Amino acid sequence: MIPINYYIILSAILFTIGALGVLVRRNALIIFMSVELMLNSANLAMVAFSSVIQSFSGQIFVFFVIAVAAAEVAVGLALIVEIFKSKQSIDVDQMNSLKG
Amino acid sequence: MTLDLILFLILALIAIATALGMLLSRNAIYSALFLVLNFITVAVFYLLLGAPFIAMVQITVYAGAIMVLFLFVIMLLGAESLPQAQVLPWQKPLAIALAVILAAEATFLLFTRARPVGEILPPAEAANMMDSLREMGMILFDQYLIPFEVTSILLLVAMVGAIVLIRKEKRVH
Repeated sequence: MIPINYYIILSAILFTIGALGVLVRRNALIIFMSVELMLNSANLAMVAFSSVIQSFSGQIFVFFVIAVAAAEVAVGLALIVEIFKSKQSIDVDQMNSLKG
Repeated sequence: MTLDLILFLILALIAIATALGMLLSRNAIYSALFLVLNFITVAVFYLLLGAPFIAMVQITVYAGAIMVLFLFVIMLLGAESLPQAQVLPWQKPLAIALAVILAAEATFLLFTRARPVGEILPPAEAANMMDSLREMGMILFDQYLIPFEVTSILLLVAMVGAIVLIRKEKRVH
């Protein structure tokens, strides 16, 4: 019998670590991984809620979130590869012009 | 302390430690591997919550496909570690302060406004697990059939988009 509060606190901690990663790191790939971590923590909270209310809707929503995340990663990594080809770097500080 | 609670605390410690490891390691490959460990821990949480299907999807899609894609790109670009560029001196303290504010806000809202109640019951036995899988499949392909089909179009668009982005431009004069 684990109170749902524990899951939500864990999810909040993971979300904060992800947000910190986005703010602190300069490597575009690691920023992207931090975004994935934040998505994951939100999923964890949603599954915890759906388990408490004994309904499958939350789990199905998480399923769709995972599918969208997969699509997002494919396009995002393609963009990062393209940026690397034009800038020879994936440091986000270098990405300061609209046209490569 | 029940067995469930001990298991939860150990897994939570692993999840937080691997997330911090992802955040702090200098080498992007170590970061990716820490993140894989974190995703697997979250998958175990899903099993504890009685969501076996989501746990398996988490392992195959997140820890499998997505992170392999990440590792592939890291190694393709040779971007394991960036040379230390000039950094803004106030950036790190400011980011940490903002993160502390975010965590404090979340905790405040949780304990004063939202007050989520309820307890996670231990996952049912294996027989019931198969029942829950069947029920979830029925809901997914009945009530949520149109979103499911739209997802397939989304994945197709993402695939075409990635190919178009990566493709070499042919200059035709």
